[in-house]
Amino acid sequence: MNSIISLSVLGVLVLFLGILKKKTWLLPLILPGLLISLVMTVLHWNMNRGLFHNMIIIDNTGVAFSAVLIFSTFLIFMLAAQYYRKVIRPLDDIYAIMIFALVGAVLMCYFGNLIMLFIGIETLSIALYVLAGSHKEAITSNEATLKYFLLGSFLSGFLLFGIALLYGSSGSFDLYTIHAYVVSHIQQGLPPMFKAGLFLLIIGLSFKIAIAPFHFWAPDVYEGTPTLLTAFMASVVKIASVVAMYRFFSITFFGIHGVWEMTVAILAGITIIIGNVTGIYQPNLKRMLAYSSISHSGYMMLAMVAFSGYTATALLFYAVAYSVATISAFAILILVREAKGNDYFGSFNNLAKHNRIEAFTLAVAMLSLTGIPPLAGFMGKYFLFSAAIEQGWLWLVIIAIAGSAVSVGYYFKPIIAMYFREDQETVLQAGPSYKAHILFLTLLTILLGFLPFLLSGLI
Amino acid sequence: MNALNSIPISYYLMFCSMLFCIGVIGVLIKRNALVILMSVELMINSINLLLAAFSAYSNDPAGQIFVFFIMVVAAAEVAIGLAIIVLIYKTTHSIDIDVLNKLKW
Repeated sequence: MNSIISLSVLGVLVLFLGILKKKTWLLPLILPGLLISLVMTVLHWNMNRGLFHNMIIIDNTGVAFSAVLIFSTFLIFMLAAQYYRKVIRPLDDIYAIMIFALVGAVLMCYFGNLIMLFIGIETLSIALYVLAGSHKEAITSNEATLKYFLLGSFLSGFLLFGIALLYGSSGSFDLYTIHAYVVSHIQQGLPPMFKAGLFLLIIGLSFKIAIAPFHFWAPDVYEGTPTLLTAFMASVVKIASVVAMYRFFSITFFGIHGVWEMTVAILAGITIIIGNVTGIYQPNLKRMLAYSSISHSGYMMLAMVAFSGYTATALLFYAVAYSVATISAFAILILVREAKGNDYFGSFNNLAKHNRIEAFTLAVAMLSLTGIPPLAGFMGKYFLFSAAIEQGWLWLVIIAIAGSAVSVGYYFKPIIAMYFREDQETVLQAGPSYKAHILFLTLLTILLGFLPFLLSGLI
Repeated sequence: MNALNSIPISYYLMFCSMLFCIGVIGVLIKRNALVILMSVELMINSINLLLAAFSAYSNDPAGQIFVFFIMVVAAAEVAIGLAIIVLIYKTTHSIDIDVLNKLKW
């Protein structure tokens, strides 16, 4: 709760500071502000209570995931100074909307009532529609925002219809009341209305996570959106939506099996196959990262399929590893797009010669996303897959491992281009603080791989 | 209340589902961004009606409260949507969604 209040106040403060038209004052306010909300979030550890008649439930899972979301946003804001270097206007609107989107994302980690789930998703989505179109002059950005808006509001309708049907059959929006309803009705079979509602809810949430077959918007929107905000979409938004789905299932269907696992498992399998196979055919890094994020959401679905008390930890570790690796890949993408004007794989040729740190960062990020030991991505996949095998989902894990093997085909493309292709020399324009930041991201990826117990024992 | 109870809940369910389907079909076959936005509104309003009906039948005010939340969110969404459509119109002089072909599937 503290984090929601402090982040909202921070967003409003940023908007007010915009009146002064001082661009350089914004980030020195935002970065400490985010750290303060991070600390305030962590202070809720072991609090375990419901607020406002269980509208918001604060538990350790929610606290841990919202801390991850705030930390990821902090890492993205560290890139903002470089990305908006040449922009003259104050940018208070974009920063404030990013913070408000984060409020929605944090709400999705804490909700205890379907009303709050809806409010969280819409706060996040409406802010994102604006952010996707924030590069007003570029026609690609306009196109991305219209596509995202039309599909997003359309699929929100499905989500709402699902919530309405769940309400109609169980008589409440409260997750624990719905859980009690499911427990009392599981013997004689759940009514068709409840099952239809559940199905529609899964469709609506799958769209937000970009689960196949509802993933078609993701590559287009990711490509058209300004790169810094794509990093925000690929990390914070994706993790928040996965956590919302995980939270819904883990509370509503606590201790109940056989209702929804098969649907989600099939969706996860399709997502992993489509994400990885289509990823190979992408011509540029930004679209490739979009398909990478699709296939990673498939892996994260394993945590929902194999639900037990142990998967929350695995999902947390995976979310951190994925988010850090994705943000560092986007950090290099921002530099390359600035220097070359595009991000086709040819632009990465011979990059390692003069930009050792940048090339190393991108290589580590790609290896971590592939799941090469001993990096963080490998440990994340190890935890998730072993949790899934423990619950007896062997076929799904085989698909996931095959998908990871296929993903080598595209994750290695930029690495080969950077280190082994000859071309004219490029020097990327990165300041010292930017270099320090990407080195920090790389260190984090390596450190988490070697010391997974830093996170794995938490929840 | 009596007049309401004389109509079974399944009638409301059928009616709202059909309204919802009309909205879905509108989104899928129309090419004009404004008409698509209207169809989405139709979907959302059918859900509002359904929630109000469920709420009245189960004597639980939560459903009707949620309708207010949905109305507020839908209003915010329309505001953003119209702004986006104006933006598209400024750059392409059309609000037909077929002009959106710069980014390939």
